[in-house]
Amino acid sequence: MPRLLLFIPLLLFFVLAAFLWKGLSIDPRELPSALINKPFPEFSLPALQQPERILTKKDFIGRPVLVNVWATWCPSCRQEHEQLLVIAQAEELPVIGLNYKDERDLALQWLQQLGNPYQFNIYDEEGMLGLDLGVYGAPETYLLDAQGIIRHRHVGVLTAQDWLELKLIIKGWGGVEN
Amino acid sequence: MLKIKIIFGLLILLSSFMLSAAIDVYQFDDPEKEKRFQHLTFELRCPKCQNQNIADSNAEISQDLRTKIFQMLNAGKSDDEIVDYMVERYGDFVLYEPRVKPQTYLLWFGPGLFLLLGLLVVVLIIRSRNKAYKEANDHAPSLSNSEAKTLDALLKTKQGKK
Repeated sequence: MPRLLLFIPLLLFFVLAAFLWKGLSIDPRELPSALINKPFPEFSLPALQQPERILTKKDFIGRPVLVNVWATWCPSCRQEHEQLLVIAQAEELPVIGLNYKDERDLALQWLQQLGNPYQFNIYDEEGMLGLDLGVYGAPETYLLDAQGIIRHRHVGVLTAQDWLELKLIIKGWGGVEN
Repeated sequence: MLKIKIIFGLLILLSSFMLSAAIDVYQFDDPEKEKRFQHLTFELRCPKCQNQNIADSNAEISQDLRTKIFQMLNAGKSDDEIVDYMVERYGDFVLYEPRVKPQTYLLWFGPGLFLLLGLLVVVLIIRSRNKAYKEANDHAPSLSNSEAKTLDALLKTKQGKK
């Protein structure tokens, strides 16, 4: 029996240890989105500001957009609000709000007090569009291309750094400015 | 003192009964559907609070998913359809029992494979030892026919002398 064979268990141990070591640095809360590169789900919901206006997917097809899932009951949403205003002012990418399981009055009040970065807001009172999107909390932000395909998902507070990354992703598509 | 202990013990016992699954009231028109509802909510993992199934979890999302499952059951959807719906939105993560597909072959068949590998190693070791033993025996000097006869004759004369 060659002596080298005796080292096989040790080698196996090292391989296993390497995998477990890597596992330590993975954030279990970060779920891969099942909807990446899939079309944004179909929906038909009222707008937050004009309850009589019914919004559908058609309302944001034709240009890349950012869809931001938010609610007044979510403290982290307040945290990222400043950043959303910055993005809206840059006018590089329209921001669309998905007001998720919220109360209309409170949401309108919020926009009045903190400023409104959104082109328009989808009012998803039941959270059923959220379900279709695979939302499991707020805030979440989705980057859609001009065809309404979900290209990127960000879970949690959107920071200035994240915004830079989003811009790079769009740049990567190559001149979808129209 | 003992009384206090007994009362305390009873209290602890009672509190454990309160720690049952999260309760919302769903009215089912037939018990079979209710059974399937129980089964599905136990089999699916809550995406938000990751170590609970959606039957036990009180997170908003779990309540919504329970409602959704309830609606889908009443709409006559099959269990597979409901599970597919969840996986499409939340990925394989929501399944407590991963599906069998190329990415999970190792997970499903790995243990059996390792067992077979171990058996193979054992068999190989035994065979190589047998071979070594045999070879050692084969190389032992053996007597030719004439030598054997001489040996027999010698032994006989030895016995005769006794």
